[in-house]
Amino acid sequence: MAKSENTLSRSALVKAIIASVLLIILVFLGSGNFRELDAALIPYLLGVILAVFGITYRLSVWLQRPPTRLYWKRMGKLSLAHPIKFIQLLFRNLIFQKFIYSRGKDRWIGHFLMSIGCIAAFGVTIPLTFGWIGFVLKSGSLTGYEAHMFGFKAMSFQLGSFIAYMLFHVLIFCSIAVIIGAMIMLRRRMTEEGLVATQTFEGDLLPLLLIIAVAATGLGIAFDYMFLDGKVHQFMSVTHAVTVILFLLWIPFGKFIHIVQRPMQIGVNIYKMEGEKQGMAVCPLTKEEFATKMHIADLKEVTLETGFDFRLKNGDNHLNYSPEGKRSLLAKAHLKAREDAGSYFG
Amino acid sequence: MVTTEYNKNMQFFTDMQRCIGCHACEVACAECETNGQDTMIHIHYVDRANTIQTTMQVCMHCDDPVCANVCPANAIVKNANGVVLSANTSRCFGCSNCVMSCPFGVPIKKEESELMMKCNMCYDRTGAGLRPMCATVCPSNALFYGTPEDIEERRPHSTPVNKFIIGEQEIITKVNVMMPKGSTELTIH
Repeated sequence: MAKSENTLSRSALVKAIIASVLLIILVFLGSGNFRELDAALIPYLLGVILAVFGITYRLSVWLQRPPTRLYWKRMGKLSLAHPIKFIQLLFRNLIFQKFIYSRGKDRWIGHFLMSIGCIAAFGVTIPLTFGWIGFVLKSGSLTGYEAHMFGFKAMSFQLGSFIAYMLFHVLIFCSIAVIIGAMIMLRRRMTEEGLVATQTFEGDLLPLLLIIAVAATGLGIAFDYMFLDGKVHQFMSVTHAVTVILFLLWIPFGKFIHIVQRPMQIGVNIYKMEGEKQGMAVCPLTKEEFATKMHIADLKEVTLETGFDFRLKNGDNHLNYSPEGKRSLLAKAHLKAREDAGSYFG
Repeated sequence: MVTTEYNKNMQFFTDMQRCIGCHACEVACAECETNGQDTMIHIHYVDRANTIQTTMQVCMHCDDPVCANVCPANAIVKNANGVVLSANTSRCFGCSNCVMSCPFGVPIKKEESELMMKCNMCYDRTGAGLRPMCATVCPSNALFYGTPEDIEERRPHSTPVNKFIIGEQEIITKVNVMMPKGSTELTIH
C-alpha cells in the first residue's frame, strides 16, 4: 500500500489550506462581507470549512497513489474531449445510479432515496449556511417573503402559497427520503449473511446510523415548531448541529468519501470508450481481444511503479496475457512440473 | 463447542491435476453469500488440443496483493486473517485494473454493475471456522481446505507451494498449490 497514506503529506496539507481559504473568500464575497450570514448557522459553516479541508487533504493524498494519479491525468484530458458523453454519464451514473440497479432493485431504491435526499438537502443548506441565499420578510408586509441570492432579490412569494410550502418543507421531504433509504440499506446489512460476514461497524453500519441521526434530528426541529410550540427548539437544534457536524467532519475519513470519489467512474467509462477506438489488446495464448491496448500499457507502468515487475526474459510481459490466458499459464506450468516429476498425482 | 472464529490452523490447498471438470465447485461457489449468487471460481481446459485436463482457479489471496496496489479507488483490502476481500462496493468504480493485473487472472468485472468481484474465500464461512463452499463439494479434493497435517497425510508425495515466479517477480500467496515432493516454487512461463 502507498506509504503516503500513513504519513503527513506536505503538498496535500498546502492544497487543503488553499481550498479552505478559497472557500472562506467565496463565503465572504457571496455573503456581502459576511453581512448575510445567519448567526444560527455559524457552527455549520465551521463544519463545512473543516470538511473541505479534510476532503481536499484526503483526495490529494489519494491522487498521489500511482494508479489514481494516472487515471486522473488520463481522465481529465479525455473528459474534456467528450463533453456530451460526460453529461450522459453524469446523469446515468451519478444522478440515477443505474449501476446500482443491476446490483439489486431494493438496493437501488434505498441508495437513490438516500443520495437524492442528501444532495437536495446539501443543495439547500450549504448556500444558506454560506449566506449566499436567504429568506427575508418583504418590507412593509407580514405575509410576503423575498428570496435573496448573493445579496440580490431573486424572487418573492406569499406565505401559504405552494412555492412557500415547498421551500419551507424541502428539508422535511429530504429527511423522510433519507430515513426510508437508510432503513432499507440497514435492513440489508442486518439480514444478508454475506454482508454480515464482511462488514464492519465503523465502516458500514455507523455511516447509516449517523445519516439517520442527522435526518431524524432535522425532522425533530420541524416537529418541535409544528407541534410543540418550539419548547424543545434549543435541544433539537443543538443535537442536529452536533450530528451534522459529525457527518461533515467524518466525510474524509469514512465511507462518505465515496461521494466525492464516485465521479471518477465517469472518467473510467470515457477512458474505456477512447481506448476501444485506439485498439484492443489480443492475448497471445487465447488469441482473443480482452482489454484496450491503452489500459494494458498503463498497467505496465502502474505495476512497475507499485513495485511489481511482470516483464519476462524473452521481452514479453505477463500483463500481455488475458485473465483466462494467465489462468491457463499457471495450469500449464503446474502440469509441466508434475510431468517432469514423472507422476501426475502425489 | 462450535467454533465461530476464523481457524488459523486451516489452509487452502489446490491441485489442478486432480480437477475432473465436474463444475460442482462452480455451483457451490454461487451459494456463497458473499458473492450474491454469482460464481467466482474459474474452470476451463488447460490445453484442449493436447490434453483433456481441466483446471480450477480460486483467488490465491496474495501476501502483497497486486489487485489492491493497482486499485485507484482503494477498494480492495486484505483483512486481519490475510483474506483479500472483494472490492468495497461503495468505492469500486469498475476500472478493471485489478482484473487485468492479477497475475492469476482471478477478479471478474461485472459490466452492468460497474463492479469488480472475486473469491472472498467464502469469508462468511471461513470467518466462522467452516470450509469454503467449493472445498466442501470437490469430489476429487482438487480443492482441499484443512490443516497442513491433514494434507501431509493425504498427499505424502506432494508438497504445498505458495511461491510463484513470474519473470523477475515473486508472488507469495495464502493459498497453496500441491506440487511434486520437494518443490519450493512454481515458475510460470
